Amino acid sequence: MKRITGLFLAVLVLAGIAWADALSINGAGATFPYPMYSKWFDEYHKKNANLQINYQSIGSGGGIKQVTEGTVDFGATDGPMNDEQLKAYSDKHGSGILHFPTVMGAVVPTYNIPGVSAELNFTPEALAGIFLGKVTKWNDPVIAGANKGVKLPAEDIVVVHRAEASGTTYVWTDYLSKVSPEWKSSVGTGAAPKWPVGLGGKGNEGVTGTIKNTPNSIGYVELIYAESNKIPYGSVKNASGVFVKPSLAAVSAAAAATAKDMPDDFRVSITNAPGKAAYPISSFTWLLIPQKFTDTSKRDALKGFLKWALADGQNYAESLSYAKLPKEVVAKELKAIDKIQ
Amino acid sequence: MATSTTTVPSAGPAAGSRSFLSRLRDGDEIARLITFLFAASVVLVTLLLVLELWQGSVLPRHKFGFNFFRTSVWDPIFEQFGALPFIYGTLVTAGVALVIAVPLGIGAAIFLAELAPVRVSDTLEFFIDLLAAVPSVIYGLLGVFIVVPLMRVYIQPTLKHTLGFLPLFQGPAYGVGFLTAGIVLAIMVIPYIISVSREVLLSVPRDQREAALSLGSTRWESTWKVVVPFARGGIMGSIFLALARALGETMAVTMVIGNTPTISASLFSPGYSIAAVIANEFTEATGDLYLQSLIELGLVLFILTFILNGLARLLIVATSQKGAGMGHA
Amino acid sequence: MSPRLRWRKFVSGFMLTMTGVCAAVSVAVLFFILGYLVYHGGTSISWNFFTKLPAPVGETGGGMANAIVGSAKLLLLASLVGVPIGFFGAIYLAEFSGGTTAFVVRYAADLLNGVPSIVIGIFAYSLVVLPFKHFSTLAGGFAIGLMMIPITLRSTEEFLRAVPRALREGAMALGASKWKTISTVIVPAAYRGILTAVLLAFARVAGETAPLLFTAFGNRFWSPGWNQPTASLPVMIFTYAVAPYDDWHRQAWAAGLVLLGLILVLNIVARAILSRGIAVPRA
Repeated sequence: MKRITGLFLAVLVLAGIAWADALSINGAGATFPYPMYSKWFDEYHKKNANLQINYQSIGSGGGIKQVTEGTVDFGATDGPMNDEQLKAYSDKHGSGILHFPTVMGAVVPTYNIPGVSAELNFTPEALAGIFLGKVTKWNDPVIAGANKGVKLPAEDIVVVHRAEASGTTYVWTDYLSKVSPEWKSSVGTGAAPKWPVGLGGKGNEGVTGTIKNTPNSIGYVELIYAESNKIPYGSVKNASGVFVKPSLAAVSAAAAATAKDMPDDFRVSITNAPGKAAYPISSFTWLLIPQKFTDTSKRDALKGFLKWALADGQNYAESLSYAKLPKEVVAKELKAIDKIQ
Repeated sequence: MATSTTTVPSAGPAAGSRSFLSRLRDGDEIARLITFLFAASVVLVTLLLVLELWQGSVLPRHKFGFNFFRTSVWDPIFEQFGALPFIYGTLVTAGVALVIAVPLGIGAAIFLAELAPVRVSDTLEFFIDLLAAVPSVIYGLLGVFIVVPLMRVYIQPTLKHTLGFLPLFQGPAYGVGFLTAGIVLAIMVIPYIISVSREVLLSVPRDQREAALSLGSTRWESTWKVVVPFARGGIMGSIFLALARALGETMAVTMVIGNTPTISASLFSPGYSIAAVIANEFTEATGDLYLQSLIELGLVLFILTFILNGLARLLIVATSQKGAGMGHA
Repeated sequence: MSPRLRWRKFVSGFMLTMTGVCAAVSVAVLFFILGYLVYHGGTSISWNFFTKLPAPVGETGGGMANAIVGSAKLLLLASLVGVPIGFFGAIYLAEFSGGTTAFVVRYAADLLNGVPSIVIGIFAYSLVVLPFKHFSTLAGGFAIGLMMIPITLRSTEEFLRAVPRALREGAMALGASKWKTISTVIVPAAYRGILTAVLLAFARVAGETAPLLFTAFGNRFWSPGWNQPTASLPVMIFTYAVAPYDDWHRQAWAAGLVLLGLILVLNIVARAILSRGIAVPRA
């Protein structure tokens, strides 16, 4: 018994020995860009062995909360912080927090209709109607009208949405609020709305899984999940009236259109963007970096990382199915990095 | 063994007439004090938790009051919060889980304790304990990949076909829903029932069994009518463990319940549980009312557990016979 | 043989067979799960898995060494919290306390057991993370340690109570003090059961994800000391399982298998070393 206790204590002590040569930075936030960020931080670590940037995806809201509380050094979010949250941050820290767009992604409508392998076209009215529960059958004229030549069954539509609060949902509802006044007034934009209809799947994976297993279903997922799970996804009619198939190029087109009017704080929604080639359900994802750092080594490390991410880092984006930032946005961001003190 | 404790009088004059200090010198008083502190810390932690939940839910308590328990609307964007569908879902899934797991678990425990040879019993027990070690995430994934399709394609249609006249088994079969969540929960809680019940059954003195058998009862009768009641307290304890686990399970449930705040008589319907909604929405909850409403849900679950435990204990007391076996509340 | 006796015999045989079926079903489920994990994750288990850090997306050869060590550290801390409170608390309940105190403590333990793991995580977050403004292994260990308490407490108490009166009375008759009786007679007699209780509690918390998300947080790298965020197997499983990459999915299954394997090994080792109890007569 004594021997065991002794061993136990020895292990306890050994495990507690800290070796402190590396600078460790912690960040928390959105799940959508997790593959991208984990790739970036790992690659950057290879170039800077003394720097460990540890990013965990606990959700956009979690990222905002934790960076406000000060438990992590930076945050990440799919939906920009609103004024209330910015104020909460500055009240707590005495200085502000900056948004830096990193990459972009698309949220796509995916579906599973037995017998239909074609790529469907969805109008904003159709999508809003389906998710509001007003359009209940696949062969409804609102859907069929945009898909002449495709035989749609007279089956009930099973709607699948995200169970948990998520940035993906934020983007999807942001789009629906822009194109449907009824959606805006009855459901609204948010990470966890009160869904009029549908089942909740957990995570992008949960939604794709539910769609794959449920005939006549429709849902929304990040582009990369639709691609890697090989489920059909449809085109959406954009603000210019063109049915655009979701693709990285179409997302970049959406961003480029808004790049000229990009606000200084980079908080902008690019859903329903103008332009013929723009995919209407696109979004930036942002890193949240405090404006003032007490720890100068952390500050310099993060500034160095940002500069790298906006330059070399962008080259990794497309292989992971994220869209690169438009050049104008990058240029503007590089200037904004100097604001970090 | 009755519920009262047996105090061992120390060597010497009766305990009450000795001074505190001299009793202290005995190992007993210190032992009693120390173990008391540990036991008290459990109550302390629980109280602290309730306090945190209470303080953390100040806004919705003032805004909604008792309506929180009666409303079915959960709208984070327009800030309307009601707990009813989540209470319903929690109770239904835990109920289904126990209905499946308790008979199965006690049956297996009886087999392992009474019938199986020692080696077989130990080995099988070993493996069943492993069920408790499977991470809840994995249970959720297995639920999604195996149980849900099974339910949607085979089990739910069969149930509908045979027992569809009951409102329990009506409605579209999505695969996810109350029944599926209950089944997954049942698998998760069964090891607790089996493990603890088996140990308790094993420690029932041999003379109890032999007395019954010598009076001409069959093997089953001696087991069911003598041994099991003797071990009743421990078995109930294991069911409490199982119930608590089922009420509080988060990850696995949220992957198979459908995550739709609905109240429906049908077990096929998708639903939601308190633990699942807290897990799903807590990280993204922005705005104090939203966040605190989620915390109030945690408080609600606490109250629910409190009531259920109380009811169960009343049931035990009402049905127990004095002096029979190791019953205690 | 009278018809009534024939019926009773039939019922006996039937019910006992049914119990066998129950046991078979329970064990079958376990083997099915094991098989599934092996099938889907077995290919990812390699030396790399146990020794390397997680690799970036798209690169093979990564492992979960930091998660394995992290889980071990967390469980160590958790047992420091959960086992003493559960064990000594149970001794108090079974040997010293009066009816009311025991009732209250047991009730509290059952309530604690029913708290969702995420709420425990939030609780630990507000107690240990917020005041210090960083995530840590300590916070994670504390959170899951709390979860160990009810199982350890309740189960240990049951097993202590199950020790036959004859043993206690024997010790009393020999003049042993209360504490002596407990430490030299009762606890050793209940050793098997207590071990089961502790291992069950271990198994339970080893696989918990939600309480760690806000306490131990997670870490792609090694976590030195006790004050830094740390990776853990359950959190890695969760992170990888919800990602869109097949390689990560396989690693998630593999991690599940490794976790089970570690608990299995722990079970075997613990029983082998510590199961020296007084043999309680069994039927």
